[in-house]
Amino acid sequence: MVPLEYYLVVAGIIFTIGMIGVIVARNIIIIFMAIELMLNAANLAMIAFSRNLGSMGGHVMVFMIMTVAAAEAAVGLSIIIALFRNRDSANIDEVNLMKW
Amino acid sequence: MELIWLIPLVPLAGFLLNGLLGKSFSKPVINTIACGSVAVSFLLSLNAFFGLLRLAPESRSVEYILFSWIPSGSFNADVGFLLDPLSAVMILVVSGVGLLIHIYSVGYMAHDEGYSRFFTYLNLFMASMLILVLANNFVLMYVGWEGVGLCSYLLIGFWYEKRSATDAGKKAFIVNRIGDFGFALGIMLLFWTIGSVHFSTVFDLAPQQLAYGGGIVTAATLLLFLGAVGKSAQVPLYVWLPDAMEGPTPVSALIHAATMVTAGVYMVARCNVLYMMAPTTLLVVAIVGMFTAFYAATIGLFQNDIKRVLAYSTISQLGYMFVACGVAAFGAGIFHLMTHAFFKALLFLGAGSVIHAMSGEQDMRRMGGLKSKLPVTYTTMLIATLAISGIPLFSGFFSKDEILWQAFSSPFGSPLLWVVGLLTAGLTAFYMFRLIYLTFFGQRRYDDHVASHLRESPKVMTVPLMILAVLSVIGGYVGLPKALLGGAWFEHFLHPVFAKGAEIGKLAEGAGESHATEYALMLAAVAFVVVMIFTAKRYYLDRAKNSEQFEHGFGGLYKLVYNKYFIDELYDKIIVNPLVKGSNLLWQKFDVLIIDGFFNGAAWLAGQWAISMRKLQTGMVRSYAFVFLGGAIFVIGYLILSR
Repeated sequence: MVPLEYYLVVAGIIFTIGMIGVIVARNIIIIFMAIELMLNAANLAMIAFSRNLGSMGGHVMVFMIMTVAAAEAAVGLSIIIALFRNRDSANIDEVNLMKW
Repeated sequence: MELIWLIPLVPLAGFLLNGLLGKSFSKPVINTIACGSVAVSFLLSLNAFFGLLRLAPESRSVEYILFSWIPSGSFNADVGFLLDPLSAVMILVVSGVGLLIHIYSVGYMAHDEGYSRFFTYLNLFMASMLILVLANNFVLMYVGWEGVGLCSYLLIGFWYEKRSATDAGKKAFIVNRIGDFGFALGIMLLFWTIGSVHFSTVFDLAPQQLAYGGGIVTAATLLLFLGAVGKSAQVPLYVWLPDAMEGPTPVSALIHAATMVTAGVYMVARCNVLYMMAPTTLLVVAIVGMFTAFYAATIGLFQNDIKRVLAYSTISQLGYMFVACGVAAFGAGIFHLMTHAFFKALLFLGAGSVIHAMSGEQDMRRMGGLKSKLPVTYTTMLIATLAISGIPLFSGFFSKDEILWQAFSSPFGSPLLWVVGLLTAGLTAFYMFRLIYLTFFGQRRYDDHVASHLRESPKVMTVPLMILAVLSVIGGYVGLPKALLGGAWFEHFLHPVFAKGAEIGKLAEGAGESHATEYALMLAAVAFVVVMIFTAKRYYLDRAKNSEQFEHGFGGLYKLVYNKYFIDELYDKIIVNPLVKGSNLLWQKFDVLIIDGFFNGAAWLAGQWAISMRKLQTGMVRSYAFVFLGGAIFVIGYLILSR
């Protein structure tokens, strides 16, 4: 059986990749995918703990997160499409009207 | 008698009705409500008075508590009314004279735009005044006291488009505030030392709890007297009353002659137990009263505005009433209060009738020869003038003579008071007959335009004049002194109210000099008054053309008196101007620089902080995420390291 630490390390690596992707990437689609990565890293950690502790709570949580992620993807993608139609660009740095 | 609580409430209802709906009422409806409510009050007062007469003299004190108003620990004030001989006389005078003046106003104010407003204020005044005289405790009395002050302010400034009228209203209100401040402090001191504001409790406990002539009772009575000085226009707070003549003439008659200004005298008489315990205060009251009486009479000598002469005369007569109170002859003071209410209201209403006929002219130098044009006004005013001058058989003679006699013979009096009182009586006769001669006799001095409108006032105005004239004649006979074969019935009626005070002052009723002295003093007074009347006749009727020369013949004295001793200027210089300057200084320096500076500075600081901090909001989503990450790392790091 694979020990818990392995799962956590993999989840941590995936989460870090996602986080760096959010900060570094300029393309909104990439940022969006990076966010999905972070969510799934969390899911992985949940499942690992759930299995390790023999509790169903983590499984339930993961289903919840997957549902929310699906809804978020629908809303987020439609925002991105609307933005692209208006701006002809998917560069996040050009969307900076809300400032001082 | 159980209905006494209705006496102030009926005019109050009239006030609410006219005040809220008066604009949509027609004039007959308005004056029916206004006069009707006062008439009901008057009838109820009569009923209460006769109910009181049916009781035995010792038990003539009825209290009716409507509801408990401020029950707060040991402090307790009720909305309660006290009917005893003193308040019975007061409600009769107030509602009776008030009713006549209300009726007169129907004619006088007929063409005024503020018709409903006028009667609304007038009814509010009646309600406040009746609360003042009927209250059974100091706090409710204070409510009435302030209420009449408010109405006085509103009615002096009734023609508010006129700058001088609004200024006069403010002056009256502010000067009264000084007095009311003293009155309030006096009430607080009494509550503090005696523990009650209820009249009967205070007057029962005061002789036991406070030392006779002690500091507390002296301070309390002096503070209460300060209130009376303000309200009753005595030196040094009299300056508002002459200016109050800016109001409509019925107001001058009702508030500034017959009723409100006598509230101070009523209050002193009501607190006679306290005043009798403080001989020092009595002395102060007598001296202030006498000084005011004489001083105001001298100012009245050479005024040319018909209403101002009457205003100074009112101040002077109020001084007489305080002299009576100061020599512990409270009954005589109230007696003069009553007769004065009749003849002074009549004089003012008569003056109003003259002014009405003269198209608003108030300067006596532009009148003259009105006797045949205004016969009713002339006759009634002459009767009032004879009464105020103290000519025998008229009411003023009996009351004024009683005061002079008491000033001479009372244990608290002195011959000096009598001498000054006599001089004042002579001056009164002089300036009143000067007024009569200038207004009704001699050459006509008005122009044709005025002459074309000149006619006697309508019945609604002259009938109240006639009724008041009758009262000015017969009003004195209720208090006919024993020396003149009378029974001094008025004083006997009031005696239960003053009995306790008399006991404290060890006054024996009916003691003193023999009747012979009384006759001699009476004769001297009458002789002097008659001489002064003939002096007035000589200079203002027989040698009318030279009357100005006569007046200017007094030189500097004339200037001093004519300009009212420059007291208004003096007050402006030493009190008003420094206050204005100080206030300006506080406004421009303290308020603008320090207070505003503090708040503006705080706002400026917050603004500057915000200006420097808002750069953080760059609009760059990725930098937000970065800060987010930093924060998360910090929190997690802290949690891990702090384990």
